[in-house]
Amino acid sequence: MVGKIHSVFSGGTVDGPGIRFVVFMQGCPLRCKYCHNPDSWELGAGEERSVEDLTKEIIKYKNYFGKTGGVTVSGGEPLLQIEFVIELLKSVKKYGIHTAVDTSGFMFNEKDEKSVKLHEELNNYVDLYLLDIKHIDDGEHKRLTGVSNKNTLAFAKWLDSKGKKVWIRHVLLDGFTDNDEYLKKTKEFIDTLSNVEKVEVLPYHTMGEVKYKKLNIDYALKGVNPPTKERVLNARSILGVNK
Amino acid sequence: MKNYKGWEGFIPGKWSNDEVNVRDFIQKNYAPYLGDSSFLQPATDATKELWQDVLGLYEEERKNGGVLDADTKIVSTLTSHAPGYIDQKLEKIVGFQTDKPLKRSLQPFGGIKMATEALSMYGYEIDPQVKEIFTKYRKTHNDGVFDAYTPEMRAARSSHILTGLPDTYGRGRIVGDYRRVALYGIDYLIKKKEEDKAIIRGEMLPDKIRDREEISEQIKALKGLKAMAASYGFDISEPATTAKEAIQAVYFGYLGAIKDQNGAAMSIGRTSTFIDIYIERDIANGVLTEMEAQELIDHFIMKLRMVKFMRIQSYNELFSGDPTWVTEAIGGMGVDGRPLVTKTSYRVLHTLINLGPAPEPNLTVLWSKNLPDNFKKFCAEISIKTSSIQYESDDLMRPEMGDDYCIACCVSCMRVGKDMQFFGARANLAKCLLYAINGGKDELMKDKVTGKPMQVAPKFEAITSDDALDFNEVMDKYEQMMDWLADLYVNTLNLIHYMHDKYAYEAIEMALHDTKVGRFFATGIAGLSCVADSLSAIKYAKVYPIRNEDGIVTDFRIEGDFPKYGNNDDRADELAVNLVKSFMNKIRSHYTYRESIPTMSILTITSNVVYGKKTGNTPDGRRAGMPLAPGANPMHGRDSHGALASLESVAKIPYEHSRDGISNTFSITPESLGKDD
Repeated sequence: MVGKIHSVFSGGTVDGPGIRFVVFMQGCPLRCKYCHNPDSWELGAGEERSVEDLTKEIIKYKNYFGKTGGVTVSGGEPLLQIEFVIELLKSVKKYGIHTAVDTSGFMFNEKDEKSVKLHEELNNYVDLYLLDIKHIDDGEHKRLTGVSNKNTLAFAKWLDSKGKKVWIRHVLLDGFTDNDEYLKKTKEFIDTLSNVEKVEVLPYHTMGEVKYKKLNIDYALKGVNPPTKERVLNARSILGVNK
Repeated sequence: MKNYKGWEGFIPGKWSNDEVNVRDFIQKNYAPYLGDSSFLQPATDATKELWQDVLGLYEEERKNGGVLDADTKIVSTLTSHAPGYIDQKLEKIVGFQTDKPLKRSLQPFGGIKMATEALSMYGYEIDPQVKEIFTKYRKTHNDGVFDAYTPEMRAARSSHILTGLPDTYGRGRIVGDYRRVALYGIDYLIKKKEEDKAIIRGEMLPDKIRDREEISEQIKALKGLKAMAASYGFDISEPATTAKEAIQAVYFGYLGAIKDQNGAAMSIGRTSTFIDIYIERDIANGVLTEMEAQELIDHFIMKLRMVKFMRIQSYNELFSGDPTWVTEAIGGMGVDGRPLVTKTSYRVLHTLINLGPAPEPNLTVLWSKNLPDNFKKFCAEISIKTSSIQYESDDLMRPEMGDDYCIACCVSCMRVGKDMQFFGARANLAKCLLYAINGGKDELMKDKVTGKPMQVAPKFEAITSDDALDFNEVMDKYEQMMDWLADLYVNTLNLIHYMHDKYAYEAIEMALHDTKVGRFFATGIAGLSCVADSLSAIKYAKVYPIRNEDGIVTDFRIEGDFPKYGNNDDRADELAVNLVKSFMNKIRSHYTYRESIPTMSILTITSNVVYGKKTGNTPDGRRAGMPLAPGANPMHGRDSHGALASLESVAKIPYEHSRDGISNTFSITPESLGKDD
């Protein structure tokens, strides 16, 4: 089976625990204003790689993973190609490697039997989900990403019901999420879940901006500053990071 | 063997049974430390005060244009200068290269021109009489080399296909076993050397004559060291009796070396675990506290930070600074499985906190996956705070070198007191590839007489077609050109080291080696990744030569993409691996001076910038004058698959073919090592 891959990165340390090999899948249905990989949006682009070929590349790094590291499938939205991700992680799991999926949860549709089934199968091969809750308020979520957060929140609850380990990731952005009221609401939601192992506050950064210029796409956040250290600490304390 | 006072409380062994054997002493007497860093003590008031004085001197030195003071008249020897101090009553460890801290000594034996030039660059004028003596009456290493150089050697040198050769300055890279001074005292070391000399008899062939002369020089140097120590009020004729005396004796040994030689790299060896035995003995005897122990180490390291040489500015440019490579190897594992980590391993690294971060001495942790966890954590902590630790793989070196080797310069390993090396700078393999394409003509240099491109290598057949370069044809020519280069390179070095032995022999350093010493012939290469990518471009993309008016290929047009070294892609990485094997085997096929064992390093840490300046456009797309990558690094920005892929590519370089070491300069932003929480 082949998938569309945006790129791979050996030695990632920010997408899950330990030292990780990160597979960035091509294609994303969201259009987050702060996205630092706009070149991963388009579905048709990217490089075709087979499960076997990628597995071969990943296991070269097994020595580096140690007890905590492993593989993270990210994107784009990796679960846009959920069948491929299932096959890839199934294949990687044979080598006893820790697996994580970094997703917006958008592809989960609890009313669609096929979607649920695929996600159930995926669960067999995933040790940890990195779930990005982009915004707790549906209207703001739409303004920020172009889509509703319904699926994301439903996916979070569903993973809880399945007892799958989750790290919640939340990008802190002035004018969107950097707002005490919203942060408190996010916290309330997280508190309803019992499977959350960690909450990560990711301060917005401007490093993606150059890519927009290259791709000739308007950068919606021009002039927006990264949050101050104080605001980051504030968000961390509200969301109960490191509790 | 005498029952020395300095040996009381030590477990005897081969080392105490009429044999110079420091390793055996360490193995019998050291105590591995598995605990954490909580025992460490801060700088004492005396340390702080001294260090403030030193910082003041550094500031003055900067204001003075980089040199605080320089001797223009007294030729440096072990006993040339009166004692020098910062503040004698505060200094627990004493001794400077001259009579004043940071005052640079005059060392003309490598070459009088270099010494004169270095002084004049900083506004000093060499004493005319000294100049006359070293021009008219006393020949230098540099004179000797240039008397013997062939025209081809000179051409290769000026085109920089051979570069950084130690033909105008001290070769350095020799590390005396300075611990012997503390453990045995000078008198015993002299006695052993006299015994060694006595058995060299019979038919007086040149080698025997040289050996006898050299041992005599060594004995004189040992006597000189004793006199030098005496001028500071210390008697080092017998073994050290306390930690303070032991550290002082080790430092005196080293100080003798840097008074005698202005070597490119003057490393100190592997002293911390040795010193630890003395410290622990004193602490057990109740005559030393932890605070005092740390103070001794702080003062020792302070002295090593203040080592200075008088060098020309272009030398400093070559190395991006004023480095001395006072490398101290720390930790590692013993062959019996016990870690060689002691409390003094911690104390030495802790100087980076007590005195602040510093590039010298070059504190080098010999890393093993089996090092104690606490020590690993401590190293990481100090690295994060100070960025001042170098790491090298003990697991890679120990199987061949045992557990008492040290590092000269950045990566060259040698068994302490048992091996020396002939430093050989490096051959520029990227330029060699261009010579292969251009039939031995330099792509940048013109012949001064004809104004035409300079023919440096013999007139090999150039590539004349303007079609895309054919990989097999290029490889065929490249192999031939490397044959020529290896031959010339080895012979140039043979000549250089013959002269260095003759005119600038390292008597005190060699006195602190076994007389029957192992010698390495340490060659090196520059431009590895540039050549690997160039060959990959020729093989996997289309590379068209672009010629200038003289028909010399001076640029390339690349069509298509190609695999690049640094991405764990075997197609490119194998080209690098094969290059290393091939060039090393060519080196091996030649006679090397004094039965030395040929080795090779891939280690430029900063000089790659200068080598790049002298190298034209290369087939990988690198522009003329742009830096080559340091050491075995991938070319800048071409490793796009993350840190591990980059490291894996480097890790494929076969150590058995680059025994003098492989360096990888690895920079990473703290953020990409994980989140700050």
